[in-house]
Amino acid sequence: MISHIDVSTVLKRSVCDLYSNLVTRPTGAAVRIGIEHHLDEIGDKALAVLDFSHVGLLDFSCADEIVAKLLMQYVSVDIPRREVYFIFYGMNESHMDAIEAVLERHDLAMVTQLAGCDAQLTGCVDREQRTAWEKICELGSVLPADLADATGMPADKAERTLETLWRRRLVIRQESGYSPVRGANVGRGLLDGPGTPGGTGVEAS
Amino acid sequence: MTTIISVPFSLDEHSFEQIFDQLAPIPPDEKILLDARRTRWASPFGLTALLTVAQTRLERPALAVPEADDTTSYWARASFFKHAEALYEISGRVPRSRQSSESSVLLEVTPVVHTQDVHTVVENIQQRARAILQEKLHLQSTVTMRFTMALSEICQNVIEHAGTGGWVAVQAYKWQQRLGGRSVVVISVCDAGMGFRKSLESAQGPRPTDRWGDGMALEETVMRGVTRFRDPGRGQGLAGVKRFIGNWNGKFSVRSGTARIAVVPEWDQDEPMKEGLAPFPGAQVQITIPERMQDA
Repeated sequence: MISHIDVSTVLKRSVCDLYSNLVTRPTGAAVRIGIEHHLDEIGDKALAVLDFSHVGLLDFSCADEIVAKLLMQYVSVDIPRREVYFIFYGMNESHMDAIEAVLERHDLAMVTQLAGCDAQLTGCVDREQRTAWEKICELGSVLPADLADATGMPADKAERTLETLWRRRLVIRQESGYSPVRGANVGRGLLDGPGTPGGTGVEAS
Repeated sequence: MTTIISVPFSLDEHSFEQIFDQLAPIPPDEKILLDARRTRWASPFGLTALLTVAQTRLERPALAVPEADDTTSYWARASFFKHAEALYEISGRVPRSRQSSESSVLLEVTPVVHTQDVHTVVENIQQRARAILQEKLHLQSTVTMRFTMALSEICQNVIEHAGTGGWVAVQAYKWQQRLGGRSVVVISVCDAGMGFRKSLESAQGPRPTDRWGDGMALEETVMRGVTRFRDPGRGQGLAGVKRFIGNWNGKFSVRSGTARIAVVPEWDQDEPMKEGLAPFPGAQVQITIPERMQDA
């Protein structure tokens, strides 16, 4: 299931319908809780596209509350709440300043996608993880042996790297293999516009 | 008995030390009169710190306003008197506040007490940022966003750490002599709360070292991102501000208690650390961002 969450709409519904900027920790915490409520409704395995296109400003405190604390709940614990993959969509340069700072602080990584661009890996990943992730994006779906062949990595290392990327929710693990987390092809219709005015800011497909 | 405090002719973060020096020996319950009749100019630091001074007094202080009409007119446009009238017994002629579309006041003196005040500050400044920051200071829109992030983080520090409300003001200037006549934008955020040292001590107590004091507390928080909170995500605000200031060749100074720390660019000769200053509660922050030259 793919869920498109317009973060700006969540802000307006959770905090104040006059606000367009994600500033202050209490605001960030309220928005994160709003997003978590949506995630609670979308099943045990889902891809959530968090759309920042209509967010004005994102400061460091809010980035920490929303991005870092959300990721830590779903990717940085041994037993995450559920198998939720995130794509952070539509950020501008200044949003990325704040997001990259908090990712570095917490040793986190995530998949980002700017409008009209390919998905990117952002944050703290080592060279092997990045190489593997890029190869998966190139090939579409891989098994450990495919990755080992394509990169020259030893088979056991390829398997460990893919497992690590999956645990960090940077790739999707399926029976057929490991697939990239990306939203352009699966969510194009959802990503083209803002959330429904006055709606929940969540659309699912 | 009323003690008269002489306000300097030109009131900025440096000359304000004269006021702190005069205040230091006076008990907080003693009446004071700040005599600003001969004052001709005040930076955002001067205006916000003047309001902060009043908040430290148990006896309502008095303020003799500047005699020069253009000075009082500017102070009124900056909304100084709007707040000062609630804190001071005002003497002298206070002009009616008028908004001017030509004003270079980027943000009038604004109280920072609650979280929603930070939203108000950010929303208000964005409305004027394009005209002043982008057109006058040749800052790109992305830099304007980072500038506003810095402002937001500094204001949040007041709410989270001061334990009292504070004041913020932002002004753009064209320097006559310094930086070859370049324009600058100056942010000042002042409070009279617990200050950096007491904030750190509230969680961990004093550090077991002879060096522990306001200066070391400023070094830990401003330079190393230490905070009283256990949450490892804390302390990023000031670090982010410092990074932005460094990237933009700006200046960042924080005075708290008896010390003052500054991130000093090459165009300024300020001292990175001053200790042994006259004690004053809370924290007083100033950020200066210079105009970006076309070839920079």
